Amino acid sequence: MATYSTNEFKAGLKVMLDGDPAAIVENEFVKPGKGQAFSRVKIRNLKNGRVIERTFKSGDTIEAADVVDVEMQFLYSDDQFWHFMNPESYEQLAADKNAVGDNAKWLKEQGVCIITLWNGVPLTVEPPNTVTLKVVETDPGLKGDTSGGGGKPATLETGAVVRVPLFVQTGELVKVNTRTGEYLARAKE
Amino acid sequence: MPEPNTVWRPAASLEVLKLRARMIARIRAFFAERGVLEVETPALSAAASTDVHLHSFACRYTGPGDGALYLHTSPEFPMKRLIAAGAGSIYQICKVFRDREAGRLHNPEFTLLEWYRIGFDHHALMEEAAALIADTLAGSRALGTPEKLSYREAFERHCGLDPHTADSAALAAVVRAKAIPLSADPLREEADTLRDLLLTHTIEPQLGRGRVTLLYDYPASQAALARIRPCDPPVAERFEIYLEGIELANGFHELNDATEQRARFLRDLARRSIPGLPAMPMDERLLAALTHGLPECSGVALGVDRLAMLAAGVTSVQDVIAFPIERA
Repeated sequence: MATYSTNEFKAGLKVMLDGDPAAIVENEFVKPGKGQAFSRVKIRNLKNGRVIERTFKSGDTIEAADVVDVEMQFLYSDDQFWHFMNPESYEQLAADKNAVGDNAKWLKEQGVCIITLWNGVPLTVEPPNTVTLKVVETDPGLKGDTSGGGGKPATLETGAVVRVPLFVQTGELVKVNTRTGEYLARAKE
Repeated sequence: MPEPNTVWRPAASLEVLKLRARMIARIRAFFAERGVLEVETPALSAAASTDVHLHSFACRYTGPGDGALYLHTSPEFPMKRLIAAGAGSIYQICKVFRDREAGRLHNPEFTLLEWYRIGFDHHALMEEAAALIADTLAGSRALGTPEKLSYREAFERHCGLDPHTADSAALAAVVRAKAIPLSADPLREEADTLRDLLLTHTIEPQLGRGRVTLLYDYPASQAALARIRPCDPPVAERFEIYLEGIELANGFHELNDATEQRARFLRDLARRSIPGLPAMPMDERLLAALTHGLPECSGVALGVDRLAMLAAGVTSVQDVIAFPIERA
C-alpha cells in the first residue's frame, strides 16, 4: 500500500481520507519556535466535493489514493449507465448515476469528457467547458427581435433547459457554458 | 509552481531586497551602538542539534580526519564556546539550515540573527529584542508598547486552563472543544504535542496584534537550552516573540550547567530513537566549554526573513528571499 508522508504534501496530491478518495487543496506547514510541527491541510472529498480541514503531525503518513484523470469520449447511455471510450485504446467503461450526476444533461455523443477514475472506476465525469447542442423545443418568440434582450427557456437535445435570447428558434444550434449553464452564442453545424 | 523559463528570476522584488539590506545595516548599527561584537562561527559542524523536532542536513568532508559534517540549525553551540572563552556579548547574522521545513513562513535555508548578552536574564533580553524589532521596523510599521504575557496566562486566556498542571486528558478536551481537526485521537498524544497544537492553532493567531507579544516562562518539558527555575511547578526561563501572529524569535536564560546539559542531550537522543530518527553526535566541545564555565547570560535567535516580511508588508518569506528553495 503506497503512502505519503507529510513532507510530500502538496496541492493536488490524491489520498485516502476516512475511507474516501480525496485531493489536497492547500497545505500549510506550521511549527512553534521549538517543538512539534504540523501540516494543516484543506482537503476535498472527491466523492461529495466537500472541502474539510485536517491537521497532521509532521512525519505522519497517509494512504495514497489510486486516482487518475483520463480523457474519454461519450458513446451512449442506457437505463443505468453512461458509456465512454478511450479514443486511443478504444477501451470502454461505464459510469453510473453517482459519477455522472447533473452533468448528464451536457453529455452528447462524441463529446470528450474528463473522467476521474478511482481504482479504475469512474468517480466523476466532467463535460467540456462548452458544448454545442440543438434546440428541440422553445417558444417561437417575437419576429424581428435580434437584440438578445429578455430571453426564454429552451430545451436542448440532451434534455438540458437553458435561457436563450428570443430570436433563437427550434432546430438551431447553441453554444452553452456547462459550468454556469448559460447560453453563449448561436452556432453553425 | 513557477514556469521553467522564469525560475532563474528572483522571487523577491529588487525593492524588497533593498529594504532587506537597509534592515540588516540597521541591525548592525543597533549592536555597534550597544558595544555588542559581531562574530562568525562555522556553518559546518562535527556535532549537531539533538532536538527531536530539528532535522539537520548531513554532508561529507573529504580531507584529513574526514567524516560526516552537519550544516548548523543555529549557531548557538559555537557562540557559547566563544562566550565561555571570554568574548563577552556577541551577535551573528548567518544562514542556518533545517531539513523538512518549508512553507509560507519557512524556507529550509534561512537567515538568523542570534545574540547573547552577558549578565542579562530572559526578561532583560526580551525587552532588548522588542527594542530591536521596533527600531528595525520604524520606517514601515508603528508598534504599540510590547505586551508581556506568560505562557500560563496565554493558555488561561485563550484555552481556559493552566498549561503547567493540565494533563493530556484536559488538554485533549480543549483540542476537541476548539474543533481542531487533528488526524489522530488527541487522547493518545503527549501533553507537549497537545500544548504545541493549541499554541499554533488557537493562541498564536491572537498574539502580537499591533504590538509585539513577549511570551515567557515555558513548561519545564519544553526548556530546550533554557535554565529551569525551581518554582512550583518549575518553569523554563524561555521566551518567544510574536508580531501579527507570527513567531519572530526564541530566547533562553541560558543553561550553563554541563551535567544538566549532558542529561538533556541524552534524553533528546533517547526520544529521537522512538520514531527512528538518526542519532546526532552531541556537542562535546560545548559541554567542555560549559564545564570550563559559561558566564550568566541570555541569548535569542530572530528570524530575519520573517522580520523583512513584516517590514515589506508581504505574507510569505518566499517574497523576501531572492531565491527560495524551489529556485535555489
